[in-house]
Amino acid sequence: MSHETGETSRTALYERHVRAGAKMVPFAGWQMPIQYTSILEEHAAVRERAGLFDVSHMGEIVLTGPRREEEADRLTTARISDREPGEVQYAVLPNDRGGIVDDILVYKLEDEVMIVVNAANREKDLRWILERCGGRAAVTDRSLEISQVAVQGKRARAIFARVAEPDLLRLSYYRATRGKVAGVPAIVSRTGYTGEFGYELYVPWAEGPRVWDALLEAGRSEGIAPVGLGARDSLRLEMRYCLYGNDIDETTDPYEAGIGWVVRKKETDYVGKEALAAARKGGARRKLAAFRLGPRDIPRPGYEILHKGRKVGVVTSGGFSPTLRAGIALGYLEAAADEENGFAVRIRDREAEARRQKGAFVASSVKEEGEEEA
Amino acid sequence: MNVPEDLKYTREHEWVLVEGKTATVGITDYAQSELGDIVYLEFPAVGERVRMNEPAGEIEAVKTAAELFAPISGEVLEVNETLPEEPERVNRDPYGEGWMFKLSIEDPSELEELLGAADYKSLIEESRHA
Repeated sequence: MSHETGETSRTALYERHVRAGAKMVPFAGWQMPIQYTSILEEHAAVRERAGLFDVSHMGEIVLTGPRREEEADRLTTARISDREPGEVQYAVLPNDRGGIVDDILVYKLEDEVMIVVNAANREKDLRWILERCGGRAAVTDRSLEISQVAVQGKRARAIFARVAEPDLLRLSYYRATRGKVAGVPAIVSRTGYTGEFGYELYVPWAEGPRVWDALLEAGRSEGIAPVGLGARDSLRLEMRYCLYGNDIDETTDPYEAGIGWVVRKKETDYVGKEALAAARKGGARRKLAAFRLGPRDIPRPGYEILHKGRKVGVVTSGGFSPTLRAGIALGYLEAAADEENGFAVRIRDREAEARRQKGAFVASSVKEEGEEEA
Repeated sequence: MNVPEDLKYTREHEWVLVEGKTATVGITDYAQSELGDIVYLEFPAVGERVRMNEPAGEIEAVKTAAELFAPISGEVLEVNETLPEEPERVNRDPYGEGWMFKLSIEDPSELEELLGAADYKSLIEESRHA
């Protein structure tokens, strides 16, 4: 169980982080490591070798009962009822206006559906799901029973191979299965938030430290490093992955956020279906665009985006890309300003040139060479 | 947290080393640790005049940006020209190779408003427990 410390909770790995000298910060109700040594070093460890993340603050909401899959299809934009067990889908919980209550991972397991939610949205999501589920499935918040650890990077497979049952290595991208890791029963998932090959492991709360220690030990010769939330953010931003609360929220729809593909085609009815169909047909009022700036131009959330001197949007996520050694940003542009060139970001008293970025800032390495599309 | 005894400090976490009529300025170990990896710095140019407690530069770290304040008034005599290329020096050695600029001391009475090491230590102890 988590140890309540006034306003914030501790993950089962709290002592590990403190002992490793991590700088701990409150994040979404949890005491989390923002960095152990340096965001730049931890970022490089993941891109070049491997990083180990404690993401136990994430929530896990589980649906059980014979109609759990139909219910997941009705509450989210995922479509799992006609898929094979083991499939994982990135999706959203939409509201009736097509906005995003949360962005989530939906796991179709043999005996249950697991929905992984953002820590900051856990209670809201749980209420949202309970209010709409109407008893068609049993809904359980298992967030405080599960430790989540992620190992990500080019060497993640080799490291994982030393602690996992051999069958688990056959998992393909966006697939999950149950198995043992370091002797601990786990849900093993070929997913992540870094753009690198890797695994996310869901284990019983109290076993978090055992799995953490085993992966650190197995990864020592591969140069594994524990990685905090600081590098987690710079890694995801380089991949252009959205962050809830920055780039997406209840007022943004998936189409304008550039993740319209999460809305799976379904014959059946689901929450937000009409609004999402209208949003898709209507064309986006605005568009989440990406920009690359100079090495000394570091855009921050809230900075204005200008097109030919006119304000056309605001930075929603921005920062320094450790890989590119340059400023990078995401921000919504009004539809009329969806141009190729002529952009700048206002940084204090100057206008820094910003080039539109097509695709991710850094090439994705989530799959091994020759691996089929999931 | 390292707080050398021979320096003077501001509430904004700059340090000042007084040598005759010259003051060398940088940010404290506490400041660099709070900011995290510094990736870019902006200073006034040599010959510019800065005024006590007014902005005298920008520090960009991976996570955040912070303003640098002039601890005292004076003319900028020299800036650390190695920092634009190697801003990590500030993280590595904030009181040594991470120094930022040197000022001519215009009004020695301003120095009396700066904090001594003991007072600065109490200040950061308070902010760490706030």
